[in-house]
Amino acid sequence: MSVLLILMLPFVGILLPPLLQRQGRLAATLGAGIPTLLAFGLLMSLGPSVLAGEVLLASREWVPAMGLTAGLRVDGLGFLFATMTLGIGLLVITYAHFYMKKDDPLGRFYAYLLLFMGAMLGIVLSENVLLMALFWEITSLSSFLLIGYSSHDSEARRGARMALAITGLGGFCLFAGLVVLGQIAGSYELSVILASGDLITSHDWYVPMLVLVLLGAFTKSAQFPFHFWLPNAMKAPTPVSAYLHSATMVKAGVFLLARLHPALAGTSPWFFLVGGVGIATMFFAAYVAFYRHDLKGLLAYSTISHLGLITALFGFGTAGAAVVGVFHIMNHAAFKASLFMTAGIIDHQTGTRDIRILGGLRKAMPFTMVLALLGSAAMAGIPLFNGFISKELFLKETLDLPLMAGAPWVFPVVATAGALFSMAYSVRLVHGVFFKDPTEKTPKEARDPSMGMLVPVGILVAICVIVGIAAEQTAGPLLAAAAGSTVGGELPYYSLSLWHGFTLELLMSAIAIGGGVVLYLQRARLYEIADRWPQLTGQMAFEKVQGLILSFAEGLTARLENGSLQRYIVLLLGMALVAGALPFLEHGFVTGTAELTPTNPVAIAVWALLVVATLATVFTHRSRITAIICLSVVGLLISIIFVYLSAPDLALTQLSVEVVTILLLLLALFVLPKVAPPESSTLRKIRDATLAAIGGAGMGLISWAVMTRPQDSISDYYLENATYPVGGGTNVVNVILVDFRGFDTLGEVAVLVLAAFGVYTMLRYARHTHVEGVDDMASDRYPVVLVSVSRPLLALILLMALYIFLRGHYLPGGGFIGGLVASVALILQYLASGIDWAKERMGVSFRYVAVAGVLLATLSGGAAFLVEQPFLTMTLLGLKIPLVGEIDYVMTLLFDLGIFLAVVGGTMTILSQLSHMQEDREPFDEEARAKETDPWKP
Amino acid sequence: MITVALNVGFAVMCLCLILNLIRLLKGPSTPDRILALDTMYINTIALILLFGVRLEREIFFEAALLIAMMGFIGTVALANYLLHGDIID
Repeated sequence: MSVLLILMLPFVGILLPPLLQRQGRLAATLGAGIPTLLAFGLLMSLGPSVLAGEVLLASREWVPAMGLTAGLRVDGLGFLFATMTLGIGLLVITYAHFYMKKDDPLGRFYAYLLLFMGAMLGIVLSENVLLMALFWEITSLSSFLLIGYSSHDSEARRGARMALAITGLGGFCLFAGLVVLGQIAGSYELSVILASGDLITSHDWYVPMLVLVLLGAFTKSAQFPFHFWLPNAMKAPTPVSAYLHSATMVKAGVFLLARLHPALAGTSPWFFLVGGVGIATMFFAAYVAFYRHDLKGLLAYSTISHLGLITALFGFGTAGAAVVGVFHIMNHAAFKASLFMTAGIIDHQTGTRDIRILGGLRKAMPFTMVLALLGSAAMAGIPLFNGFISKELFLKETLDLPLMAGAPWVFPVVATAGALFSMAYSVRLVHGVFFKDPTEKTPKEARDPSMGMLVPVGILVAICVIVGIAAEQTAGPLLAAAAGSTVGGELPYYSLSLWHGFTLELLMSAIAIGGGVVLYLQRARLYEIADRWPQLTGQMAFEKVQGLILSFAEGLTARLENGSLQRYIVLLLGMALVAGALPFLEHGFVTGTAELTPTNPVAIAVWALLVVATLATVFTHRSRITAIICLSVVGLLISIIFVYLSAPDLALTQLSVEVVTILLLLLALFVLPKVAPPESSTLRKIRDATLAAIGGAGMGLISWAVMTRPQDSISDYYLENATYPVGGGTNVVNVILVDFRGFDTLGEVAVLVLAAFGVYTMLRYARHTHVEGVDDMASDRYPVVLVSVSRPLLALILLMALYIFLRGHYLPGGGFIGGLVASVALILQYLASGIDWAKERMGVSFRYVAVAGVLLATLSGGAAFLVEQPFLTMTLLGLKIPLVGEIDYVMTLLFDLGIFLAVVGGTMTILSQLSHMQEDREPFDEEARAKETDPWKP
Repeated sequence: MITVALNVGFAVMCLCLILNLIRLLKGPSTPDRILALDTMYINTIALILLFGVRLEREIFFEAALLIAMMGFIGTVALANYLLHGDIID
């Protein structure tokens, strides 16, 4: 239970910072910090049992039919990552409070950060791999939001898009890979997957599955050749880089490798893919990092390099290497987060991050200098720092690789070369910023920042030093627990002590440290050489591919979507005709044997009128108003037919919809140009007429075939069950709408309300002043006769609406029809007395009415949960209302009331928005609009 | 007796509707057409009431009531359009 709570706390906390930011920056920070702190505390309370080797599981059914459980798992590895996520998260929240500018919307920032934190926790604590994939996606999305936080900066937006494209694509592959994995193992639960390593590695699908999963891991952990998104993500605010791009998100990839290590590792495809990519990335990125002039760019490539190192360790596939990999994850998180924060401090205090400009800051920023020096030493792998121990263990592992027996020198040499560049860029970072003479004046006068920014860095640096001196005593138990769940069995022997004697790896370390210093001293010549090389980066390739895809998509869209509505209808109808005709071509057309219903002259007359009116609509369409009048006739005649054929519900609905439609058309007509549309070519007319004729005839034939067959449909079931005791009403239509198919109805009104909001948003700022061609023919805008007739009518029609609504359960009517009738009553007031007059007296915005309706319907459906029934189970609940009588079905009635309100609100929102569009009521205010469209702006 | 009366009623109402539609199609002006539509609404009410009497169903009267309301509002809207261009302001 507490595991679930730990996971939920960040998600719940998302709301706090935006709500609290009006109370000031501190409130927003506390709003983000307190849920994190609580979660951290809860996590620590699980510490003793996890460190003792226990695996805590908590699970809840999710979609049992698909084998999905919302299972959570806390083992050593998950605990380590959760600790890093929440612990460094706390430090970053503190740091960000001091780092972010005064006018940055902190609430939005913290909300994104908490969303990311929750998702990251989800990844590391999931027991079900599909659940893990879901959280994986959320980290990609929230990191997109965080990188693009400075949304006015096009570079930031570009970086965010690139990160999302790469990690999103990887997430897609990962999901596919996990599904295959689950199919092989027979379960999506990690406990099962981890225990079936032999089954998985010997399966035919092992290699495709492995490649898919690794694509996910490599894109997330920025491994070559997918690394380029990470340097481009450095446009993110520095706290984000310190959090996502050092300690958490990019670690999700290596976490995945560690998590699935027992199930997937140890084969030669694994070794060459993971180990090969890892070691290549480690060297390549260390080399590139040395040439970066931007502090954060240098750190980004350094991160890629260290992630490559970790990836390589897991790739080696041995238990010993995996232990070192886990250890380096811990160490890297500590020193890299501290260094990112230091880079942020330097940027914050001097106004630049360019190493070529910076220099000599040791005097102005002594505290920062000390922290940067210690952090860099850990990064370079100098003895007495945590980075040294894990790097030396890494070098040792490269020496003993059974699969490389043919060329045993490859890995050690590449690893040493990588470590050498690692040393070189670390020296450059410290010397370039703090010791060498400055070349230019920095934009700001440099000095040490406030304690609030230094303390989080200090804590992380202290961890680096303490672990570096006494690794076994401090990090040992946590490492043992985490490595235990990575290895998935007995832990191999390993020693975290500083001194292992004069060994080969010590020699390699010494070469790396010495060589790195030499390299740095020769930097001027190296930069000269590098400048001569052609620049070919992954980023360019990505942008090239992106450009190709975009131009392809644009070309395709332009060909399909040319803006002609006629063309779309032709395509749509044509497709429908083909799809509808195919079964007939295959099986032939068979009519049924049922007896035909006798007809009478009145029905024939009405039918003939309907045909004439329909044809008239077509032929008069060039005079739009005449066409609308003809259309009204069609609607009216259809309602009579509904009445005649005993479908009173349909007739009532049709009548109300009819009027609303005519009003909408008239409103739209006003904004259309007053000239007639151009005449279509004869060929086109023939095409359209043919399509229409075939479509109409086809529908007629299908109806004929259906209706001449003996009735044997689901209607009988409804007719039987709608009445007492199951449905409890006598109007089967309404009972189906609100009870049997309540979920459909809820969805439909939700769509209606959404459509209303779409219209509202789109037309909000649309202004149309064009009135030419129509003269105001009336001297009196609001004729007194109309006004005085319409007001008493309002009461009468509303009463009728209420009546239709209330009796809906037993006789024709219900929320939908009632709502339409009520809307019409209100519209009449708009028509007669003007929108201003009416709005003044409504007192409430119809948008709220619409939302309230959907909420009410949802809540009344949810009430079923109270009695442990599925959603929308309409419970019996007797209620006596004076004058009305007893109503058994209160929940049904409430649901129907929700529909009533949603219909009124939706219809009225659309209509009033359309009519608003017609006048230049208020001047267009760009600033107010910008403010309104950004709800986060304080 | 009532059957005969009903049949005559049906025949007359159908004739009315047909004449209305002819007027609607002929025009010649838009007010003529709107008026024809309004008359059609009224005649439909009559037709539905006749049905109600024949089938002895009360629900038909309600439909008639609704048509009366809707027809009125439709006509007001069309007239507003004709007079001002924008029907709601």
